[in-house]
Parts: sequence; structure tokens; C-alpha cells
Amino acid sequence: MGTMFSVFRKEVLDNFRDRRTLSSALLMGPIFGPVLFAFVINLSIERSFESAESTLELPVIGQEHAPNLVSFLHSRNIDAVDGPQDTAAAMEAVKAGTHDVVLVIPAEFGEQLAAMVPARVELVSDQANTDADRDARRARNALRAYQQLLAGTRVVARGINPRALQPINIDEVDVSTPSGRSAMLLGMMSYFFVFAALMGGMYLAIDTTAGERERGSLEPLLSLPVTRDQLIYGKIAATCLFMTLSLMLSLSAFYVSLNFMPLEQLGMTPNFGPDVVLAALAIFLPFILVGAALMTLVASFTKSYREAQTWLSVVLIAPTMPILIVSILTLRPRTEFMFVPSLSQHLLLVDMVKNEPINGLHVAISVTSTLFIGVILTWVCARLYRREGLLG
Amino acid sequence: MITVDGIHKSFGKVHAVRGVSFNAPDGKITGLLGPNGAGKSTTLRVLYTVLKPDEGRATIDGADVVTQSLAARKRIGALPHGAGLYPHLTARENIAYFARLCGVDKAEIDDRVEQIVKLLEIDAFAERRTKGFSQGQRTKVSLARSLVHNPQNIILDEPSNGLDVMATRSLRELILKLKDDGRCVLFSSHVMQEVAALCDDICIIAHGKVAIDDSIDGIRERTGCDDIEDAFVNAIHRVEAD
Repeated sequence: MGTMFSVFRKEVLDNFRDRRTLSSALLMGPIFGPVLFAFVINLSIERSFESAESTLELPVIGQEHAPNLVSFLHSRNIDAVDGPQDTAAAMEAVKAGTHDVVLVIPAEFGEQLAAMVPARVELVSDQANTDADRDARRARNALRAYQQLLAGTRVVARGINPRALQPINIDEVDVSTPSGRSAMLLGMMSYFFVFAALMGGMYLAIDTTAGERERGSLEPLLSLPVTRDQLIYGKIAATCLFMTLSLMLSLSAFYVSLNFMPLEQLGMTPNFGPDVVLAALAIFLPFILVGAALMTLVASFTKSYREAQTWLSVVLIAPTMPILIVSILTLRPRTEFMFVPSLSQHLLLVDMVKNEPINGLHVAISVTSTLFIGVILTWVCARLYRREGLLG
Repeated sequence: MITVDGIHKSFGKVHAVRGVSFNAPDGKITGLLGPNGAGKSTTLRVLYTVLKPDEGRATIDGADVVTQSLAARKRIGALPHGAGLYPHLTARENIAYFARLCGVDKAEIDDRVEQIVKLLEIDAFAERRTKGFSQGQRTKVSLARSLVHNPQNIILDEPSNGLDVMATRSLRELILKLKDDGRCVLFSSHVMQEVAALCDDICIIAHGKVAIDDSIDGIRERTGCDDIEDAFVNAIHRVEAD
């Protein structure tokens, strides 16, 4: 135990003195993520509000053929402006990106309306361009509303109740709570937490085997009257400490940065107070051991520091994969998911952020199974550390 | 006291050590001499227990290097070839770290480190981080590190590599001092003059085998060569003839 602590202490001191690795482990990983996150969310919120409130300047070809429609659009905060010459020019302009959407009103529009044949208008847009699609959707909705209006006047003229045109009234009931809506967006947080934790321990994990070997300090170390288990456990413990520090920094950074995100405007109030931060830390702690052991394990197979770095960047992605898959498929938490490290932590965190009751069984399975896997991996590391081939 | 009895070691197809035997008694300096790639380092690595022999056995003060490796390591101070330091720790911290791992009593660590720093004349750079140390400074610190727990047996793999004249000289004085203390010193080298000047016994290794194992005079006698360099070449040729 004393030896293990000596190793642990030395590794901690050594790593703290290495400014460059320290800054990448404890600054880049945990701080960069939330800051980037806050920036992106702010930007997207601003943009979505901007487009809903501002006046849309819609290029309309043949305004003179439909003055009523143009004034209707104006009432919907859409101003018709002069557009390209003709449809062909409009398509070119949209393709080139000069305009996002162009409305074409043919000369026979008025006649067709009067003759009660469906009057044709063209809406030119690029549906693959999601950004431009927002404006196109606004224009489309305005046109539908105009159509509804005309249809209404026509049936009224025939003495029919316009309600006949609306046989079904769809009333959507949204049961999501403001916290629940946040979860979709903030589910990404666990990705950053896992990433930050792994980043925090990466350098030490490499140093334990590949780094010591490359520096030539491994052989003198192994010739000391200590068991190799004591060495590797001490080193993994130090790796865990730095991962925990990095995770704590990441959690705090998120806590702070959420205050700068105007999430209420999106109808979200994430449940991410100090109590949730602490609970998240507790839930993620068992994962630290898994991460530390996994990185040490992978690094022990590599020949050099550089090679280890390359491989570990792959390992950084591995634990985030289940999170990604579950997020994409929007799967609900299930008991069997709780056996998977990183995934179980993610799902529990999402529940907490949603302010939903936490399933005690899920927590118990997550903690024990993650710890169990961590212990197994650590044991495998120790076995590998006893190999002769360790010296390379 | 180190005994080596018929050890073999292969790495894949390379049979690096093929039945090396010799004794390194206390109070004497034993030199392991041989050309590059002769199997010197492999033999020493078996002795400080980072490699396991395929065959044969070796003991350190009676402790078997395979079955009682921890006990064997307690009796050894080893300086592996090209030993590296921790660049972010000072020289003193590097030495103290090894002292702690070797189980030197907490209260004594500072004193022990101070003694060894004085003995090896490290004072001038003891408080500096070892990043950017010269080869001589690095060797001194590595050596201090491996001697800090007062080991009875000292194994040095090519300790004079990359050292200048002054550093080699102080290394030689240190080795002699250790011998006078009654320690068992075993070191490897490919420089004959160095071995001839220091060693009581010389074990010449070539192609993984012991070519000759005797005192300097004994070697001169058995090879019929007065010049130690000629004797060395002569002994190696004999192995090659086998």
C-alpha cells in the first residue's frame, strides 16, 4: 500500500509539472467542450428567433398578376420584392444561392382563379439546403393560408359553412416538460463528460507503459524491490485522479455555461443544479476506472508514445459510440442498457436532466457492472504488466 | 554474491545467451567483457529479474532470481543500459522516489539521499529538473538512484558509456570504494582497458557463451597473450572455433 501510494504521489507530481500535457488534459478537454456547446446553441437559438420575427423579403415574379396575394403576404410579414426575369432565371438564382426562395406567379393566375381551376404558382427553392428551407417553409405556409382563405370565401358564397372544409380538428397535446425538452439537446453533455474524463487521463495512461519505456525509465523501475502490481495500480490510481479532476472541471464548466444559454427561449429548463452536478459526478465515477484501465491496456501494446497517442484517439471514440447510437435511435432507458459502461451513465444523466424519477435498480446495476468491468480491466492491465515483452 | 549457472535465453529465433555460468563474489569487482551483441545485457537483465531465463538458474545472495525475485531485487542496485530519468522531477526527487520504492525508512530517506548526493558529487545540480541534463549528469543521478538503498550487490550495464574522462574517473573511484565496502560489483563493458584496470575477475562473453572466466593474470596465462587486448581477441576466436 505504501509503495502504491509512493508511485501514485510521484505520478501526480510529475503530471502536474508537465505544463503542456496538463493544459491539454485539464483545460482543452473539459472547458473547450462546454464553451463550444454554449456557442453553437446560442447561435442556433438566435437564428431561429431571428427568422421568425424578421420580415422575409421574397422575390416574386409577376407580382402584377396577383395583387391580392401580394398584399396577403405582406400581412404575414412577407414583402414581395422584384425577382429575376423568369422561372429559368429564378432556378439559376436559387441554385447559385443568390436567392433562397422565389415565387413565380404566371400571367394566367387571375384567369384560372376566376375560372375556378386550380391556379398555378411556382415556388422555387432548394430543399436540400436546410438553411434556405426555413424561408421556403414560411412562404409555403403563407400560400396555404391564402388558399384556405380563398376556399373559405368560395364555399361561403355557395351558402355552405366553411367548417365543412375542416372535417377533422387535429389538436396536438405535447406532454414534454421544459426539462424533458432540454434532455434532447443536453443529452449531448454526457458525450463531453466521457470525452473530458478520458482526455484527463490519457497522457498518464500512455506514460505508464509506452512513455516510461521510451524514456528508458521503465527498466530501472522494474528492477526495484517492488511488485509490478504495486507499480501499475499506483499508476492507474493517478490516472483516475486526473480523469476525475477533468470530469469535475467539465461538469462545473457546463454548470456555468448553461447560465449563458438562453434555453428558456426554446422552452427548456434543464434540471442541472449543483445537486445534479454532484449526482452526475457520483454516477460517472465508476466509469473513470473503466476508462483508465482501458487506456492503460491499449497503450501497453504500443511501441512508442506516438503510436500510443494514435491508438488512444480511437479509444476516445469507443465509449462515446453507444451514447451516439442511443441518441440517434432515441431509445428509452432499458434495464439491459445499464450493464454497458458510458451508456448507462448517459441514460441516468439524461433522466436526471429531465427531472424524472431515478430508477434505483438502474443506478445499482450501472454502478456495480461498470465497477466490475473496471476491476477486470485493471486486473488484465496488471497481468500484462508482468509480461517480459513489456520492455519492448 | 551473485551466482550464474548455465543460463539460456532466446528471443524468438535468436539464441542470445547459451549457457552462461560465472560467480561474482563479495568484495570483488567482476567484469563482464564482450563485443556488442555478445549477450552481456541479456545476462544482466536476467540477474536484475526483468527477464526470466529459459534454462539454468541464478541467485543473488542465495535468492533465486525467478522464484524469489522480490528478495533478489532487494539485494540489488541495478543500473540498466541507457537508464532514463523523470524529466519533470529534480535530481534529488528522482533519487528520493527510488529510495521510497526500495522501502528506505521514511525518516532516513533525506539523510540517505543527501549522503549519496555528496558521494557522487551531484550537489551542484541536485535541485534542478533532470530535463536537459548531460549524459554524465544523467549517469550520476541514475547511479545514485540505484545505490540509494545500500544494496549489497551492484549490477552496472555499460556504466561508462558516453562519459567523459573526468566522469569515468570518478565512476572508477566509486566502484573501487564499493568494493572496499565489501560489496559485490558486477559490471559490463566492451572497453578492455577499463575492465583490465578495475576488475579482479573477468568473464569474457562472446556469442552468448563464456569464452573465459578468470583473473587478469589467469587470462594472460591461459591465452598465452601478455597484452589483454590480444587475450580478449584470442578468447573470442576460441568460441567462434567451437
